[in-house]
Amino acid sequence: MVEVKTAEELNKKFLREGMWPTIFCNGCGHGVVLEYTFWALEELGWDMDKTMFASGIGCSSRLPGYINADGLHTTHGRAIAFATGIKAADPDFNVIVFTGDGDCAGIGGNHFIHAARRNIDMTVIMINNFIYGMTGGQLAPTAPLGSIATTAPYGNIEHPFDICELAKALGANYVARWPVSHPYQPIKSIKEGLQKKGFSLLEFLAPCPTAYGRRNKLGDIKKHWAWYDDNTILIEDYDKIMKYGSVKEKEEVKDKMQIGVFQDIQKPGFFELYDQLMERLKVEENKKREGKK
Amino acid sequence: MNQVMIDTGNYIAAKAAVMCKPDVVAAYPITPQTTLVEGIANYQGKGEFKGEYICVESEHSAMAACIGASATGVRTFTGTSSHGLLLMHEMLHWAALARLPVVMCNINRVVGPGWNIWTDENDSISQRDTGWIQFYCSSNQEIFDTIIQAFKIGEHQKVSLPVMISYNAFILSHTSMPVYVPDQKEIDAFLPKRKPLWYLDPNNPITFGNIILPAEYEKVRFDMQKSQYYCKKLIPEISKEWKEKFGRFHGDLLEYYKCENVEYILLSMGAIGAESKVAIDNLRKQGLKIGLARVRTFRPFPQEEILKLSKNADLIIIDRNISPGMEGAVFSEIKASLYGKSDAKVYGYIAGLGGKDVTFGDIEKMCKKAIDGKTKHLEWYGLEGV
Repeated sequence: MVEVKTAEELNKKFLREGMWPTIFCNGCGHGVVLEYTFWALEELGWDMDKTMFASGIGCSSRLPGYINADGLHTTHGRAIAFATGIKAADPDFNVIVFTGDGDCAGIGGNHFIHAARRNIDMTVIMINNFIYGMTGGQLAPTAPLGSIATTAPYGNIEHPFDICELAKALGANYVARWPVSHPYQPIKSIKEGLQKKGFSLLEFLAPCPTAYGRRNKLGDIKKHWAWYDDNTILIEDYDKIMKYGSVKEKEEVKDKMQIGVFQDIQKPGFFELYDQLMERLKVEENKKREGKK
Repeated sequence: MNQVMIDTGNYIAAKAAVMCKPDVVAAYPITPQTTLVEGIANYQGKGEFKGEYICVESEHSAMAACIGASATGVRTFTGTSSHGLLLMHEMLHWAALARLPVVMCNINRVVGPGWNIWTDENDSISQRDTGWIQFYCSSNQEIFDTIIQAFKIGEHQKVSLPVMISYNAFILSHTSMPVYVPDQKEIDAFLPKRKPLWYLDPNNPITFGNIILPAEYEKVRFDMQKSQYYCKKLIPEISKEWKEKFGRFHGDLLEYYKCENVEYILLSMGAIGAESKVAIDNLRKQGLKIGLARVRTFRPFPQEEILKLSKNADLIIIDRNISPGMEGAVFSEIKASLYGKSDAKVYGYIAGLGGKDVTFGDIEKMCKKAIDGKTKHLEWYGLEGV
């Protein structure tokens, strides 16, 4: 196997060159997340013939089309349901879902909830840009309060969805959130998520300069990245301040988005339990038969 | 006084919807519908639209919200397209069986996979049996006029059914045309406030959607059928009233174009219907005796009118849709309408699927081939590489 050292070599190995150019705008975070995913896959040395990608609708959902592997581009919000089917058909496949905030937290919320609850063995990579980018900038359920969108021209008054807290509460095995502006932690988290049996959620805060940035004075990509630095806080730091900090310190961080690894546990996954169930029933059935003899 | 507005089909539809003063609009974005509901939101920003605008989290919820609102007796409107319409499917049945006159624009877009945002009619054709009245428009003016008429038709106490107004993605939704817009007062006079026979009212409690036993349920279906049939009478009356008041007429169940003294009649729907007029002009210049009957209502289907046409002419049908395993939907309905009552020959074409362009030149070729007797019973026009 040729050793990959540069981004160019990485792209050559994983991308479908025939699909270029991509649909992504200048400054979009989707390509960054894709590259982080490729580095993680490369470092793990996964067989791409045993790896399948699924996606729904929206900018994020175009990603499988650019990857040189099997992919299923499905309907709005349903990628996780399709991916559950792939996994059920052959649990040996590695299943990765690319989804967005509208796709996963909006229209497809119910599928997300139940896949996480059942602890289905898959890795969901949700790229959160706070907006429906492809249809022209409608408010997404993850957008911070006050965000301007075509459907919130005077500022968002709907409380945003914290999808990581939700996944954690549902007992997903691995949950992490990183802004794309962090270069190393995402790759490490993707690797951990991919290797984990059971349900993993990786949420990436990624800029959409065209549909979100422009309307929220973050059209300049440097400002957008700086926004992540100013408005996020490591979970460990947040916890420390909330425990030992002053009133002023607490006030400063209380509305920041926490980043880092929210959950890293090892509950058995759905298919593991399913196999155990089948084994148990077989033993019981055999016992009954022997009893009859 | 008439005002002329030059805008795209979607913005024209938004203007028409707002002039009907709906109390609730609930919508979810999907290409190519997005600018329609954006247009309505814009009118709310300007203060012209005074109803409630709800941003929901899916099309299923959009229709559910319209149903809930409509059940309280108010006027509701929404818009969608393609997979959005398919996701609404359960709620479409619900709106119709609950007899709630929700009005909706559906911008005809291809169904996936493969993903494609261009136009064909398979999205709305596959909602045929939901009980909705279905109109197909061929110009922005017709979209405007039909939306206003649709509220009057759907809300008529003998009808009480939801109405879907379909028009082609991009060809109409994103193309600007001049449209005459009447005064608000004139529209108010034409379309009075909705007066439902029953609605949710705390002072007089009723329940929608209760359990219902087989015999009663059958009556519900029969009653729905009666209302659909009543529309065959009502739609021409309302089109006539519109013509008298506003001077414009797009046909009623059918639009007839040069249908006198003909040997052949071409039947098509939507934007192909408009393009067909150019083709008919050209074919007649060549001495061919052919006219056009553009199908405006797919439900109720104009059976009797088409049967009448078939007495003196053979029929050529172009469908921008396909019912796999059978044929084009309009083609099937027409043959069913003629069964045992007409000797006319019928030729069916499938054309323009996936948004492929169908020009007047294409339409002329299809007609000539049929007239020359070279067309098989059903043909796919312009299919390449098979």
